[in-house]
Amino acid sequence: MEKILTVTQLTQAIKYFLETSFDVIWVTGEISNLRRPASGHVYCTLKDEASQIRAVAFKGTAEKIGFDLEDGMKIICRGRLNVYPARGEYQLIIDTAEPRGLGALQMAFDQLKGRLEEEGLFDPSHKKKIPFLPGKIGIVTSPSGAAIRDILNITGRRFPAVDIIIAPAAVQGTQAPPEICAAIADLNAIGVDVIIVARGGGSLEDLFCFNDERVARSIYASRVPIMSAVGHEIDFTIADFVADLRAPTPSAAAELVVPDRRDLIERTKRLRSRLIHTCDMLLRELKTRLVFVAEGLRDPRGRIADLRMGLDDRYARLTGGMRHILAIRESSFLPIRRILMRLTPVAQVRELRRRSEDMKGELETRVRFFIDTLRDRLQRDMSLLDTLSPLSVLRRGFGIVRLPDGTIVRDVRMLTVNGSVSVKVSSGNFKARVTTISQEHDDGGKEI
Amino acid sequence: MAEKKFEKALEELEGIVKKMEEGNMPLDESLKAFEEGIKLSRFCAERLDEAERKVNILLREDDTLQLRPFEGRDGDDKTPEDIA
Repeated sequence: MEKILTVTQLTQAIKYFLETSFDVIWVTGEISNLRRPASGHVYCTLKDEASQIRAVAFKGTAEKIGFDLEDGMKIICRGRLNVYPARGEYQLIIDTAEPRGLGALQMAFDQLKGRLEEEGLFDPSHKKKIPFLPGKIGIVTSPSGAAIRDILNITGRRFPAVDIIIAPAAVQGTQAPPEICAAIADLNAIGVDVIIVARGGGSLEDLFCFNDERVARSIYASRVPIMSAVGHEIDFTIADFVADLRAPTPSAAAELVVPDRRDLIERTKRLRSRLIHTCDMLLRELKTRLVFVAEGLRDPRGRIADLRMGLDDRYARLTGGMRHILAIRESSFLPIRRILMRLTPVAQVRELRRRSEDMKGELETRVRFFIDTLRDRLQRDMSLLDTLSPLSVLRRGFGIVRLPDGTIVRDVRMLTVNGSVSVKVSSGNFKARVTTISQEHDDGGKEI
Repeated sequence: MAEKKFEKALEELEGIVKKMEEGNMPLDESLKAFEEGIKLSRFCAERLDEAERKVNILLREDDTLQLRPFEGRDGDDKTPEDIA
């Protein structure tokens, strides 16, 4: 006869058999009949097309798996089998679970986003203002990444005089969320004006640490305003929603975090010149008003000026009047003047002058005639004289002999041998020396 | 912090200029505002003239936070100051 087992004995045997045979197992299925009692444990049924199995995720596990289990969700989970003797039921105790299939990460993302949104972590009223010109910028990122290089370059170019503190953190992988949280806390402790949480582009999985709830809460808790700058422009992470400002990329964050120095210089200059201009205008206006008011004050100097002008006026009138009187007096002399003009001997003088001119002409004619007559007589006398002149005798071949002193030689006794004489003939003079003297009455022995 | 002062100074300067431009300020108040405005613009200009910055990395050593000068992995890269 077979051994008869009690229910407990059978159940204990089944429990032992099942729990040792299925120590750690991986199961995939779809969740249904999900219940969440006050205990915090999650009860559900995992099923596929033909079968189902009860499953439970205890409170600690349910909080750890990173997304909420929901009806209809397909999951892969790891767990062990457990038999509950009191009910004679077996169930899967889940210790980790992951959503299965495409969009699994997306699902976790959507769930976390929905939950945090409801909790108010994205509330605009909680967002802190990013300072206009920070003195110190904290950057949470990998010190060897492209993000830090871009940020340093761009901030340096836009505004050179801003200090930067880099709080290094892994920006992908499982160690990333705690490191990011620690870096944010450290920067809060050391004191900066703004924090940029940055990472360059990457795959959705690479960026997933920025969808971590711990990171989100640490951003929310930061006293210092935080700018998120994760991935490319199209990537949105939970960190972006919690951050006080989302920059589409690390480079964009650098542009947003500091103003362009040149713009500010320009703005300051413009304000300054407006200030000076306005003040200048104001002073000018006041000066004009002052002049106005001063006029109203009846300055005694003004009165003196008035009096002086009055004096000038009276003086002008006085001299004008005088001139008028003189003019009247002058006009009363006019008839007498006219009589005097009529009596003037100008006409007689003119007649006498004309006659004297006539006589002068006549006189000149006569004198000229007289001179001409004299000139003719002179001409005649001169030609007569010419015939009598020694010069005409010379022309006939005679010569005049003179001593050096100019005495004309009329007698040979006036000469001496070897004495020199000059001889004038018709066409000129020549000198000669006396060689012989013969005192005869005939030809004088003159030799050349 | 000095940097918060910069923004405040610029805003104040803007406010003063606008108020003065409205033109119904008594003379002595205007002169005071002018003096203040010039002071503010000088302060802003001085801040804008600064050109140096420090880049540090925050390190945890023996459980205390330490700041050390940060030398980027690519030291041959030109610093922005060189470019400018």
